[in-house]
Amino acid sequence: MSFNAVTSSFKVTRRRKTPLAETLQVGALAGFAAIGFALIGAYVAMDKRHVVEDTLTLSQIAFALMAIAAGYVAGRDRQGRPSGTRVVVHGAVAGLTAGLCVSALVLLMGSVSLRATLVAASPMLIKALSLGAPIGSLQALVQLPALGALLGVIGGLFAAMPSRYRRALTYGFAFVLIAGLFRDVFVSVLDNLPDLNGPDWEVFGPGGLNRGSALLLLVGGALFCLVRDRWNAQIDPARRARSSKAGLALLLVGVLVLPLVTNDFVAQVAMLVALYMLMGMGLNIELGLAGLVDLGFVAFFAVGAYTVALMCSSGPLAVADVSFWVALPVAVVLAAGAGMLFGLPVLRVRGDYLAMATLGLGEIIRVLVLSDALAPYLGGSQGIIEIDHPRIFGVSLQSPAALYYLALALAGVVAFISWRLQHARIGRAWLAMREDEDVAQALGIDPVASKLLAYTIGAAFAGAAGAVFAALVGSVYPHSFQLLVSINVLAILVIGGLGSLPGVLVGAIVLIGLPELLREFGEFRYLFYGIALVAMMHVRAEGLWPATTQTQENARA
Amino acid sequence: MSKALDVSNLTIAYGEIAAVREVSFTVEAGEIATIIGANGAGKTTILNALCGLRDVRSGSIRLGEDDITALPPHERVRHGLSQVPEGRRLFGRMSVAENLEIGAYARRDHAARRHDLDHVLELFPRLRERYRQLAGTLSGGEQQMVAMGRALMTAPKVLLLDEPTMGLAPQIVDLVIDAVRRVNGEGVTVLLVEQNAYSALEIADRAFVLESGEITLTGNGPDLITHPRVRSAYLGYDA
Repeated sequence: MSFNAVTSSFKVTRRRKTPLAETLQVGALAGFAAIGFALIGAYVAMDKRHVVEDTLTLSQIAFALMAIAAGYVAGRDRQGRPSGTRVVVHGAVAGLTAGLCVSALVLLMGSVSLRATLVAASPMLIKALSLGAPIGSLQALVQLPALGALLGVIGGLFAAMPSRYRRALTYGFAFVLIAGLFRDVFVSVLDNLPDLNGPDWEVFGPGGLNRGSALLLLVGGALFCLVRDRWNAQIDPARRARSSKAGLALLLVGVLVLPLVTNDFVAQVAMLVALYMLMGMGLNIELGLAGLVDLGFVAFFAVGAYTVALMCSSGPLAVADVSFWVALPVAVVLAAGAGMLFGLPVLRVRGDYLAMATLGLGEIIRVLVLSDALAPYLGGSQGIIEIDHPRIFGVSLQSPAALYYLALALAGVVAFISWRLQHARIGRAWLAMREDEDVAQALGIDPVASKLLAYTIGAAFAGAAGAVFAALVGSVYPHSFQLLVSINVLAILVIGGLGSLPGVLVGAIVLIGLPELLREFGEFRYLFYGIALVAMMHVRAEGLWPATTQTQENARA
Repeated sequence: MSKALDVSNLTIAYGEIAAVREVSFTVEAGEIATIIGANGAGKTTILNALCGLRDVRSGSIRLGEDDITALPPHERVRHGLSQVPEGRRLFGRMSVAENLEIGAYARRDHAARRHDLDHVLELFPRLRERYRQLAGTLSGGEQQMVAMGRALMTAPKVLLLDEPTMGLAPQIVDLVIDAVRRVNGEGVTVLLVEQNAYSALEIADRAFVLESGEITLTGNGPDLITHPRVRSAYLGYDA
């Protein structure tokens, strides 16, 4: 082959697709996403959850969002602007294509049984996808592409509308989705409110929002967004500062009264969030500030938990029987000590190698507590049980609400320490080390000492989290300290924003709180994790609530 | 005059290959010395060895009266050695102020730190204007000023400068060279490594020509400018 032939064939592959081909591709992509969603069983599982009572289920919303997204993308021209006819025609074509893909799946499932390989391709799925039409009827097959086309046009129009209204609509929709999805939480709040003898009107049905309240929330959310944007557009900084302070105070009050106005289940979830916040803040010191990738973080969590277990258990393995308040500082110190001990050899390696070394460390601890050799002392796979609950002024902290306050108080203390450290001399040194280790050394920063300090403090925070964990659960088992815990904490930081304290809170709520509240979809939890992480890296690599310097930089760039 | 920096028989190797062989040189206190040489001659390797970022195979480095050959980098800073690295390497996501503060990290003498900070801002008035700005957003010349200021905040006796004029516009080069001269005027010994040989030689009391890891010529700066080999190899004149 001559050189010319090579270059020309290269050109062929690089030629741009026609707009129609691109639109078809976008539609097919949405269609395949929908098929995948259905075939892993998510559609049937989420179809049971009504967001709007008897009107919209969660899986219907997911499908609709895929078609709308396809229309939104297809409705824009190459420069990313929405343009006249494209919005309608291409939006419709994209949505239609997506709908056809799903129809094809329904047709296929109707004629061949896929269940041998795909368990989720059940009659229930066919029924759900038929949207109430007779199964196998023409209507069932045609309505999906038609709906898809309609939603695609909506997506296109969505792309074309002024961003102000687009934001407002998104807000309204988010309000409805959140209220519908977390119905149980809101219902528990409403149940706890005094009965005002108002009109006999229920906001929530047995499964989700009632239609009237959904509409009200949609409009209310949109209006809220418009009013807020207008408010934010005002340049008076004092007024804005006041309103943001008020928002913060409101948040604080919400956090404090949360277990009082909701039920035990929500309090338990909130407690778990606080616990992961504790760990997240520990890893934030290591990774967020000092840039040390630690995949064995769970090791220090385990040290803290086992210390409290051994010191506070009334079971046969107890080495002491002291109160939680004595065991807590011991656990923190031991975890810090473990951090220092392991840090010394491990911290001389950099970057990827550090990740590997710490990964090994985490596994060593888990295997050790599981081992038969240490079973007489640590209980092996039987773990340690009958750990006493913490007592305060003679009152045993047993209710989820009380334990939530305990975890919250510790998280507050740790947040304060973190915040002080971050803005102290050592915090600067960590940042410098993270940015450029050579230069930091050449400016007089001792790399081993500062890294070791970060590692030790991070381990101490994890130890505190472990101590609380043992006291909360009342028992510890080796399987509670798997690699997954380390990865969860890492994901919290990545989602929230590395090096950002509020980011830890946001990350813990998104990755720990929400999945716990949506327990019924537990099997899709890690699917959600994966999608969230990939999407974050594309859309907001700096995290949901990034550290301030990064926002400044982006604002200038 | 006393010796500020005394390097003897320094050999530095990357694996089996010696990048710098048996190099010896001395810089007197209060001097500006320069090492010139082509790409890959070993200039940066020597500077990195001086501040401890690269291990030496043999030889010794003395800073004033102290043998610092075996000290880790951060300890050398405490003995009064500071480097302005090649390519400036600022902490781009920190403000100018924070960059300068990190320079003073190892020091506990608050009053003297404040004094040095004022002094750096006097030396580079531009930095006062840019004080709260992120270092990564500054122009090349301004970044070089921050890098020099950051190194000066360690209160060095000997300042090592690695290619401070690299990639800068001609007027800015003059500005940087002038700053080097003024820093030196305040008693800081300077060791300057440059590819921009002419500017370096002009201000140097002492100059070394480094070729393939060995010093081949020594002299004072202005003398070397007229040296035929230097003229042909580094200044672009026909021999």
